[in-house]
Amino acid sequence: MGGIVIVGAGQAGASLAAKLRTLGHDGAITMIGEEAAPPYQRPPLSKGYLLGEMELDRIYLRSSSYWQEQMVTLKLGAQVAAIDRTAKTVRVDAETIPYDQLALTTGSRPHRLPAAVGGDLRGVYTVRTLADIDAMAPEFEAGRKLLIVGGGYIGLEAAAVGAKLGLDVTLIEMAPRILHRVAAPETSDYFRKVHDDHGVKILENTGLDRLTGEARVSGAVLSDGSHIETDFVIVGVGITPATQLAEEAGLAIENGIRTDEFGRTSDPAVWAAGDCASFPHRDGRIRLESVGNAIDQAEVVAANMLGAGKAYQAKPWFWSDQFDVKLQIAGLNTGYDRIVTRPGEGDAVSFWYYRGYTLLALDAMNDARAYMIGKRLIEAGMSPDPAIIADPAADLKPLLRP
Amino acid sequence: MAKITYVEFGGNEHVVDVPNGLTVMEGARDNGIPGIEADCGGACACSTCHVYVDPAWVEKLPHRDAMEEDMLDFAYEPDPVRSRLTCRLKVSDALEGLKVFMPEKQI
Ligand SMILES: Cc1cc2nc3c(=O)[nH]c(=O)nc-3n(C[C@H](O)[C@H](O)[C@H](O)COP(=O)(O)OP(=O)(O)OC[C@H]3O[C@@H](n4cnc5c(N)ncnc54)[C@H](O)[C@@H]3O)c2cc1C
Ligand code: FES
Repeated sequence: MGGIVIVGAGQAGASLAAKLRTLGHDGAITMIGEEAAPPYQRPPLSKGYLLGEMELDRIYLRSSSYWQEQMVTLKLGAQVAAIDRTAKTVRVDAETIPYDQLALTTGSRPHRLPAAVGGDLRGVYTVRTLADIDAMAPEFEAGRKLLIVGGGYIGLEAAAVGAKLGLDVTLIEMAPRILHRVAAPETSDYFRKVHDDHGVKILENTGLDRLTGEARVSGAVLSDGSHIETDFVIVGVGITPATQLAEEAGLAIENGIRTDEFGRTSDPAVWAAGDCASFPHRDGRIRLESVGNAIDQAEVVAANMLGAGKAYQAKPWFWSDQFDVKLQIAGLNTGYDRIVTRPGEGDAVSFWYYRGYTLLALDAMNDARAYMIGKRLIEAGMSPDPAIIADPAADLKPLLRP
Repeated sequence: MAKITYVEFGGNEHVVDVPNGLTVMEGARDNGIPGIEADCGGACACSTCHVYVDPAWVEKLPHRDAMEEDMLDFAYEPDPVRSRLTCRLKVSDALEGLKVFMPEKQI
């Protein structure tokens, strides 16, 4: 009996292992992670932890004794190099570990800048692991110049931390606006202003031509030909799902490791969950990069590994913290054709994404109330009249009654 | 350090010592106590760390801020007086003996 082996000791892997035990599974569970740290949360990496407000022992997902008590064998600092699906084994260094069922929760890898544009200079960082943050943290000294490449949530959060710590922050975004890929112009405008108010220089429509410097980065040539000086660089230009291992093992890949609605890959003994997995959704297939998805999908997969036969229904949600703004997102805005704005109290506001009269998603800024109601409405498949949403005096809570 | 009692929905009690500075949510998480999910890890973004505090404790705890209030309003069966988000409750000696009850489920 090989038991259950989990490759990747991150958010999804940890949830999967814990859920197997909660559901009463008492067989062997081995979780293998290439990072040295036990499973931890990533969101604080670009927020409280980078800022120095959240200590290391608080970002772990469980206490150190928990895994022992639950009899989960943790192999850390150990990269799975290959899967032999015929023999049902995985190879880690010189060791071969057998499995009855295998779960892949390998997450994703940040895009790096190619060496040809200076990506391998010292002082150039990506934001994915604890080790990444520990390496860049000493650079965050007041007065120094930080260049951020990429205006997505990670880049903007890092910019906010930099500005709060007194650095001189410039952020460049190749697209016409920050958050171009993920949010409406209204949300981009909101965050541009917040960053502007805190002294972050945002340059949109501006790409990176190349980084300059000998051995260590000292500047950058931008797409408009201008040259700026910098002390260090953070690259936040997206991620790719970590599918290499699955691909080499001959599993079907389709923008991530392809799974069915139960989380099963093209091999019935192999499952996948989290950032690395693509799964059926409505008429198509999606992959979600969020904590909520990693937890929920991993828990469904755990149940299905034990025979539950439960289809995964994604309920997408996400949050981001920048300065004193908490952004909360529910739903998926793909295919929206209009935005309904709902002003809240003080600086609170929410933007609701509609396709025709169908509510798809919302972005709520410092407005937990709008977020919670919107999330419930979307999950229930309810679409309130946009006129009610747009009326700040209208109470939304009654909308939840069917 | 404070001794905190977590009562599962089924009545199962867990009494644990939680170090000062952690939150009541982190105390549950670190001790593997089921019933507090804390999906967002304490960012006040998910409401899955909801509990009902023991009536004797309601007045002794610092009051809810607007964000907690709003998140709670839509948690699973909130109680207007006793409901709290455990990630908002920082542990100190003043919390010695706190008792919290888990709801039937977290949203
Ligand atoms: C800086 C940052 C901030 C974020 N902020 C938010 C936020 O505010 N809200 C939100 O919802 N989401 C946020 N996210 C996204 C969220 O953290 C991810 O979606 C989530 O961690 C995905 O979980 P996962 O288990 O799929 O992957 P991960 O947590 O990345 O875990 C995968 C693990 O597998 C390991 N691994 C990969 N291949 C192998 C191998 N062959 N052998 C052994 N181990 C392997 C990796 O090293 C990694 O440790 C953030 C992410 C980052 C990086
Ligand atoms: S842990 Fe998410 S709101 Fe408390």
